Formats: sequence, C-alpha cells, structure tokens
Amino acid sequence: MTKLVHNELLKLFRKKRLFVIILIVAALVPLFTYAQYQQAKTTQEKLGNADWRTKLQQEIVDTQNRLSSSRLQDDWRKYLKIRLAQQQYYLDHDINPQAPGAPTFMRVFVENSITLLLPLLVMVAAADLVSSEASGGTIKLLLTRPVKRWKILLSKYIALLLSVSFIVTAVAFLSYTISGVVFGYGGWDMPLLTGFSTKGEELLTDNVHLIPQWQYVLMEFGLVWFVCLVVGTLTFMLSVLLRSTAAVMGIMLAALIAGAILSNMVSSWESAKYLFMVNLALTDYISGMATPIEGMTLGFSLSVLLAWAAGGLIIAFAVFTKRDVY
Amino acid sequence: MSRSPALSVKNLRKSIGKKEIIKGLSFELYPGEVFGFLGPNGAGKTTTIRMLVGLIKPTSGSVHIGGKNVQTEFGEAMKDLGCIVENPELYPYLTGWENLEHFARMDSSIPESRLKEVVDLVDMGNRIHDRVSTYSLGMRQRLGIAQALLGHPKLLILDEPTNGLDPAGIREMREFIRFLAEKEKLCVMVSSHLLSEIQLMCDRVAIISKGSIIRIDTVEALLSEQERVVWNAEPLDQAKHLLGKVTKVSEMEGKLITLYDEDQIGNWNRLLVNAGIEVKEMRTKLPALEDLFLELTGGEHID
Repeated sequence: MTKLVHNELLKLFRKKRLFVIILIVAALVPLFTYAQYQQAKTTQEKLGNADWRTKLQQEIVDTQNRLSSSRLQDDWRKYLKIRLAQQQYYLDHDINPQAPGAPTFMRVFVENSITLLLPLLVMVAAADLVSSEASGGTIKLLLTRPVKRWKILLSKYIALLLSVSFIVTAVAFLSYTISGVVFGYGGWDMPLLTGFSTKGEELLTDNVHLIPQWQYVLMEFGLVWFVCLVVGTLTFMLSVLLRSTAAVMGIMLAALIAGAILSNMVSSWESAKYLFMVNLALTDYISGMATPIEGMTLGFSLSVLLAWAAGGLIIAFAVFTKRDVY
Repeated sequence: MSRSPALSVKNLRKSIGKKEIIKGLSFELYPGEVFGFLGPNGAGKTTTIRMLVGLIKPTSGSVHIGGKNVQTEFGEAMKDLGCIVENPELYPYLTGWENLEHFARMDSSIPESRLKEVVDLVDMGNRIHDRVSTYSLGMRQRLGIAQALLGHPKLLILDEPTNGLDPAGIREMREFIRFLAEKEKLCVMVSSHLLSEIQLMCDRVAIISKGSIIRIDTVEALLSEQERVVWNAEPLDQAKHLLGKVTKVSEMEGKLITLYDEDQIGNWNRLLVNAGIEVKEMRTKLPALEDLFLELTGGEHID
C-alpha cells in the first residue's frame, strides 16, 4: 500500500498541481496583506489617531445607526444586533479583536477563505485524481495489475488526504510568513473571545470565554482542514463518476458558488441546512457570527458534512470496484 | 493437447442492456503460439479483450489465465498477464523509466533488475530517461510492451499492436512478437482488423463477427481454402458460361473469379482454351479480409 501511495504522490507531484496551488496562495496572500494594510491605514486616517478603542466605538455607533433605519430587513437587523452585542463585549472587556499581527491576519484570512477559496484549491488538486486516468487511458494499465481495484482507489484517496493536509499547512505557513513581513510576527498570546451562541435575536454569552489566539487559530485550522477534506472527498467521488476533469471542476465549482449564494438567501428555507455547501462556514461558529439558517450548530454542520463525505466515499468505492472500463 | 493452456475462455458472454454484444465465445491458447484475433471494427474484439484482462465483467462465462480465474482470483491471474489494450497510453509527464518503476511498484514480485532487462529487450536504452510526451508512437508502443513484460507474463495480449506504425516499425514489431513466442515461449494474442498482418505473424487465428467466433483455424488452412483465381479472358461471357458449369464463378471489374483448386485449375484452363477462348491472365489471389468475411458470413455486411 505504501508503494501505491508513493505512485499516486509521484503522479500528483509531477503533474505540478500542488505547485500551482502553492503559487496561487503565495500570490494571493500578499494581495490580501496589502488590502488589509490599506484598510488599517484608511481607518487610521479617518479617525486621526491609532487607538483601536475609538475605532471600535465608531463601529458600534455605525452599527447602531444602521439599526435605527426603519427599512432594514428582519434577518439583517438580527445579525446587526448580535454583532453589536459582540463588539460591545469586546470594548467593555478591553479586548482588541482586530489587533494587527500575522496570527490575526491568518485568522481573518482563513475565516474568509473557508467557504470558497480553500475548497477551490482542494478541488483543483482532487478533480483529476481518477478522471485523468480514465480520460488518458492509463486506467487500463492501472487496473490490469495484480492489485485489487479498491486498493488502487484507496491509495488515491490517501494521496488526496495527504495533499489536502499539505495544502492547509502550506496556507497556514505562507499566510503567517508573508503577512508577518508587514504586520510583525507577534500576537499569538492575545486573548480572544469564543463560545458565542445565538438563540433567536439574543447573543448568548453564558459560555463565552477567553482563549489565547494560538489556540483559536489552531481550532480554526482544524475546522478548515475538515471542510477541505469533505470538499476533497466529494470532488474525488465526482472524479470517479466522470471521465472529464472539466466536468468535475464545473460541477464542484457550481456547487460551491451556489453555497455562497444560498447562505445569503435561505434563512427561511429550513431544509436547505442539509446541503453540504451551506455548512462550510464552520469558523463562524467560533467567532460567533449568525448562521445562515436558524438552529444550525457546529455539531450539526459537522455531522452534515461528515454524512456527505461518507456518502461520497461509499459511492466512489462502489462504482469504482464494480464498473466496466471502456 | 497435453500442455496446459495459457488462456482458456469458456462460453463468454456480455450483454449491455438487452443487447447481447458478445455471444458465447470459447477458445484456448497455448504457450509458444501467436494467436490472431481477427474481425472488422465493431465486431467485439476490444470488448472481448477487455473481458479477458478483467476491465469488463462478463455477463456469464469464465476466463482463466494460466489456470486462474480472472473473476475470482484476480490478483493471481493478473500476475501471468501482460497487456496493451488499444493504444499504449502511459503517463506522458513521467519518463519511460519512471513509468516502468510506477508499474513495477504495483507488483512486489518484480525485482529491480527486471526493469533493466525489459528496457534492453525492447531496445530503448538511449531514450528511456526522456519524458514519454516526447516519444514517437513507435517508442510508446515499445515502452508499452516493456511494461507488459515486466511481470514475466505467460500470456501477452496486444490489441492492434501495429496500428499507426510505419512499415519498418510494423516489421520490427512482427519479428519481436515471433521472438517472444518462439524464444521466450510466451503465448501472444494479437488482435487486428488486417488479414495481411495476421497472416504474417500468427500461427492460429479466430475470426469474429458480430460477437461470435465464426472460425478458428491455422492461418495456412484458412488462407489456402479461401484462395481465389482471377481470370482475364476474351470473350468474357462465354468464359463465364463455361466455368460456371464446373465451379462457382463471379464477375468483378471485368474479370472472373473462381475458387483455387490445385487439382482442377489445369483442366479449367484447358476447357477454356479448347473452346477457343483467349486466356490473357490467370493468377491466384489471397482474399482480402472483406472477401473472407463475405464468404464466411454468407454475404452479410460488415458494420
């Protein structure tokens, strides 16, 4: 089995897929770093001084102003109220939620890329794992070896797990080292609040507690890794089912983007919460953001994703081991 | 025969939906022989070969390679098999050597030294460390054979091995296949839609049409039986009439065609000459596959 995985990793590596993914991340991170840097500078200019308390106070006033508008939709009003309570909590406890520093950048970056950017990168790595063998015809040589089909597929899946882990690690490493050049590398011990939960319009703070940022970031990367694995597994299934890598990418891309759109409009369509793509924003549960559909919890989202991944794996293995190869 | 067959196929069938595309094939192949699998495109050659190598599951019937059932003892059966199905499709982004390493890793019984052996066997030493994407079709074909030979197979299945090769390449391939059968005592099964190719390379041949084997025989028997005589005679009508009395005769492009019969051919000629017919040309002709087919299938069209 080690030898089979070795084969798959060799092919992945020589196709330069991982290399391209790392290049994409390495190109995007400076872009976002610059954007965040500019944002910080503009706010600073607007406020006239660098004190974050004034800035946070300003944000709270902004939010309050928006809330007083009568044309607000109910959903949005609810979200703003939660956000307001959270900001107020930070201010009262003298905690700067946006303290600059590479770890903060990592955190913000990963929270914003968990629903689309990272799944896309994983998709690029996973899309042609099986379909390229089918479209290139090499599957005929691969399946006429004295190795059972399920072992071949398993070796490909293990290679996928390893490359997903590699991508997530590389994203963490690159976002830390590159943004640190601008923001500095400190800030690991900064306390952050977590444990927010929402019930109706209320922000429940009973479970809120402080954890150091490194622990917070670690938790978020754990969730990101899980999301990437699920997306990778589903892409893998499509790659088994379809010969065309372009079709695999197209379907996955449509699903992911549909997820991003749906998350903004499904608050009253309750059964949509069983779709995998509206459950990708796992980090929101840690930072206490409103969920797209009421009643979704971290445990719920994890189980939905797990169920989808398990289903995908079962289908992939069943089809691959039974199928006639033409 | 007393030798145990390298490949044994019993009543192999495959249906797709309600349509039966392979209708009960049975044959046995022995070590040291080159077996031709002949049929027009769409006759079921490739589907059959894919069932032999385990890529397609037969609807019923069994395939044994070296005595092991492909369905139930897949791993064991595959150790005795080397194959190229359709084109030799290898990983273009790896070098030839890396491709061989890749496939060698999939069978722990292949020692490191075997790689060098097969590379020498197909005479690819000087280009083996180049990427496959830079290879010509002939070189890919040779690398394909090298990977097929990695595991010391008893049975080598090659699907259209001379497809796309130039004349020198075809000749080289033919000699190589004969060498493998005669010196290495392999059983080689070669599929083709070209009779001339099968004729030069194979000992025995099976002719398949619309999913059934219509004939299995040695190449000599098949060809001599189907050999034709072309007559160019003047006046044509009279010659046709006379020949028609003694044998089956057909007319094509202003010439007459009869079966070849060594004992009778002189008599037929004398018959014509005595009747004052001028025989301008008389030559034997090996049938084209198309003719052979029309003959064997009773005029049914090839599709």
